[in-house]
Amino acid sequence: MSHTRRNFLKFMGLAAAGLCAGSAGSALAAAEAGPVRAADALKAKRWAMVIDTTKVGTKETIDVLAKACHHAHNVPDIPTKQNVKWIWAASYDEAFDQPNDHGNDAMEKREFALLCNHCTHPPCVRVCPTQATFQRPDGIVAMDYHRCIGCRYCMAACPFGARSFNFMEPRLYLDLNNLNKEFPTRMRGVVEKCNFCVDRLAHGKQPACVEASNGALAFGDLSDPNSEVRKLLREHYTIRRKPSLGTEPGVYYII
Amino acid sequence: MKLYNGGKIITGLVIFLGLFLTPLAYNAGKAAYSQPKLKLPVNEKECVESKEYMRKNHMQLLDQWRDWALRDGKRVYVNSKGKEFEISLQKTCMKCHTNKAEFCDKCHNDASVSPYCWDCHIQPEGLKK
Ligand code: HEC
Ligand code: HEC
Ligand code: HEC
Repeated sequence: MSHTRRNFLKFMGLAAAGLCAGSAGSALAAAEAGPVRAADALKAKRWAMVIDTTKVGTKETIDVLAKACHHAHNVPDIPTKQNVKWIWAASYDEAFDQPNDHGNDAMEKREFALLCNHCTHPPCVRVCPTQATFQRPDGIVAMDYHRCIGCRYCMAACPFGARSFNFMEPRLYLDLNNLNKEFPTRMRGVVEKCNFCVDRLAHGKQPACVEASNGALAFGDLSDPNSEVRKLLREHYTIRRKPSLGTEPGVYYII
Repeated sequence: MKLYNGGKIITGLVIFLGLFLTPLAYNAGKAAYSQPKLKLPVNEKECVESKEYMRKNHMQLLDQWRDWALRDGKRVYVNSKGKEFEISLQKTCMKCHTNKAEFCDKCHNDASVSPYCWDCHIQPEGLKK
């Protein structure tokens, strides 16, 4: 066979094809160990919550939600100003920045369930120096407690007071015989807040407060026009907290 | 060639060597280090990966697990044999290794490591005041 340029190119082409096939084969053969999403995990492009304040509008009804949430996540109850809370009750003036003198009676007396808003533009995420708090692609503002150094920048940045600092060892204020052993506690020196129940969504469950609310709370995908939350938003007048700040909260209140 | 103060130097060297070698002499008759006796799960035969892999790499695996679960939102681990496990320290590792004191702690005490995980994660034995 003569050494022509044509033969040389043919040979090189064959050799390259062989190399490709070889590496593809070995990649297919070795079952790579790694993580996957659970088949029953709930998915969304943008999670959001709608709270019907005509149905949960008193301290008692909101306490039911808080109890469910705080038990599910081992949130301590500390009887001082240094308490830790993921969801709690507050008056209209505390919740919204549009105080209205002489509003109607029902509104004046109503209590509102407040929690982390899981903002589209979360200021807490921007200031966190360790990325311990970060935004997931589905809109949830999550916490990675393993990275939290307790600097509390996020607490200063959050305009909604949604974050609590563990000033003291939380286990001293938990009922140790009645813990949820499927979820960790936290320790002194980290910040914590509502996680929109990422731990439950990952296993196909609705958030704990939604489950305990008898239908007064709805949770779903804001980007899906057929979702329950979008249906409620179409049919009712809703407001969000402090819209003028532009953080775009993901929690809506039916008034 | 003459060694000045030879007697003193040699005695000094002998004393120094003697002191220097005391740890060896002290440990001479003792048994070599052996792995602590671990309480292994009774109803299970296999860990999430092979025993050798776990012994060597469980800390890296746990580190990856928490990033996968919390940062990537992927909470199922497919091991090298294709078997699936939920990614969770409390719900997976400690459901098989139900005795932290007789398993994790045994090795860690020997190796002088004290993982801070249990400041937050609840050990299977539960918490006491
Ligand atoms: C399905 C039950 C099961 C689960 C889940 C499990 N293990 Fe194991 N593990 C075992 C068994 C059984 C052995 C003993 C294996 C053997 O002897 O071959 C073992 C062995 C080990 C060893 C080696 C012990 C030695 O003798 O050197 C370590 C370390 C370990 N496991 C850590 C973990 C960690 C960390 C996790 C969670 C990521 C975990 N295991 C999850 C059952 C389990
Ligand atoms: C076979 C003995 C052995 C067993 C069993 C074992 N470990 Fe370990 N583990 C070690 C050793 C040794 C180290 C330290 C490795 C090093 O320093 O590089 C370590 C380190 C770790 C670390 C990293 C600590 C740090 O500060 O970097 C974690 C986390 C950990 N182990 C978790 C566990 C858990 C959870 C279990 C029980 C399910 C367990 N280990 C069981 C031997 C063991
Ligand atoms: C400051 C408290 C804290 C400490 C310390 C801590 N964790 Fe966590 N860890 C958490 C919380 C809270 C979660 C979130 C659980 C969830 O979302 O399901 C978590 C989740 C995890 C997860 C994934 C989900 C699950 O259910 O387990 C792993 C794996 C994990 N941690 C491993 C570790 C290891 C290993 C250590 C020690 C080296 C450690 N953690 C130390 C608080 C802590």
